[in-house]
Amino acid sequence: MIGALDAGLRSLGARVVDGVWKLGCATRFTGTLLARSAPALRRPQLLLDQVHFTGVLSLIIIVVSGLFVGLVLGLQGYETLKRYGSAEALGTLVALALVRELGPVVAALLFASRAGSAITAKIGIMRSTEQLSAMEMMAVDPYSRVLAPIFWGGAISMPLLAAIFSACGVFGGYLIGVVVLGVDSGAFWSQMQAAVDVWDDVGNGVIKSVVFGVAVTLIALFEGWDAPPTAEGVSYAVTRTVVTSALAVLALDFVLTSFMFTGV
Amino acid sequence: MSSEALVELDAVEFAYAQRPILKGVRMRFPRGSVVAIMGGSGCGKTTLLRLIGGQLRPSKGGVRVESQDVAGLSHGALYRLRRRMGMLFQFGALFTDLTVFDNVAFPLREHTSLSETMIRDLVLMKLQAVGLRGAAQLRPAELSGGMARRVALARAVALDPMLIMYDEPFTGLDPISLGVIANLIRRLNDALGATSVLVTHDVEASLRIVDYVYILDGGLIVAEGTPEQIRASAEPVVHQFVHGEADGPVGFHYPAAGLAQSFGMGERP
Repeated sequence: MIGALDAGLRSLGARVVDGVWKLGCATRFTGTLLARSAPALRRPQLLLDQVHFTGVLSLIIIVVSGLFVGLVLGLQGYETLKRYGSAEALGTLVALALVRELGPVVAALLFASRAGSAITAKIGIMRSTEQLSAMEMMAVDPYSRVLAPIFWGGAISMPLLAAIFSACGVFGGYLIGVVVLGVDSGAFWSQMQAAVDVWDDVGNGVIKSVVFGVAVTLIALFEGWDAPPTAEGVSYAVTRTVVTSALAVLALDFVLTSFMFTGV
Repeated sequence: MSSEALVELDAVEFAYAQRPILKGVRMRFPRGSVVAIMGGSGCGKTTLLRLIGGQLRPSKGGVRVESQDVAGLSHGALYRLRRRMGMLFQFGALFTDLTVFDNVAFPLREHTSLSETMIRDLVLMKLQAVGLRGAAQLRPAELSGGMARRVALARAVALDPMLIMYDEPFTGLDPISLGVIANLIRRLNDALGATSVLVTHDVEASLRIVDYVYILDGGLIVAEGTPEQIRASAEPVVHQFVHGEADGPVGFHYPAAGLAQSFGMGERP
């Protein structure tokens, strides 16, 4: 009994030490990445390539998901608002839900699944096949040449994807509410325009999506960089990217929402 | 081995965690020479290359390239030094998202402001030297192991380095590719006036082309000399290595408990 307890405590201690160690490595990794970002920012073509890799290649899933989320929001919102005779407020409901919450959060979760996993796999495989090592030996800094462009590309792509997600969602809400269920088109748009504030709603949504983009891209890059150079190592790293990013996005969303919309 | 040394290792010690890999290794690599470092798998040969390239730091001793202590260089100075080094990795380490042409052009585009026309000419010249000018537009996935190694060699010498390091360049090659790579190593070294460090356990191929050999075992240099001296050596460890014998001073088995104990014929642990 005492032996089992001892082993359990040792295992717990080892996990805590590993976790703290990894957190320290991730902090150092982030510091180095930011410190060596300047050369990447001076080469717009590298950034554009990564905006394409993380952003443009995520467009299909973002557009389709945004549209369906908007359709569902429109249906559910209409059924609820109709009970109170406020079906015209559907535009407000759809827009606020998307711009404040669903746009940034769902787009970030999709971004983590599509772009985050691809980033981790790419960096992990480049490490395991010594491509990054070869780059170092060619006097080309992998932080500046490979990691920083992906990081800034992700940070730029994410708010754009969230905006596209929200726009598609609003269009989905319009389709179901106005075209299918017969809500007045003028009321749909005018109520939305009156209720949605550029800074409080759209601005905070943009801030959220930038924070999520930075968090997801950093997690994806670090997991790829830190992955053991084996097939299993890279596969576990990809899984960790998706899980950790999803949890980080939800936790950060709670914290940001607390500050932005409830005045905590 | 009396001419001026480009690279010197002075009583270098190195350990991964608690596992010692190198235990006070002294080596010198004279300018213009091709030097082989041989030894069994896991004896620290690749570690030596990473120490020379500054990717690892010795726990004791010093590594000097052009009289500069590599471990003491700043990030910028180390990268300036690396611009004058080329390294051929064991499996080529080609960038898989670039064509053969773009792989060889990579260091030129990163470190020079040459026009694309000039880069094209230089790349084609390097590819011609390794016999792969016709493969310029292929992707790394379309190359055989030997071809990938030759492309990596063209990339390693793209900037005409003063020092070229080769990590197991002969592993997994057919006899024709092996002979081609071996001749290329010697020819490129002499044509560029470079110095080459060749890490390998292929005795025959390397003894044909190198000027000097170090044999490592257990983290120490157990023999050194010219290829003729190595071939003629009566040292048991050299004899075992050159003739590929299983029995000898270099153990075949990883340290383990006795056979009887492992198979349950003795006392159980």
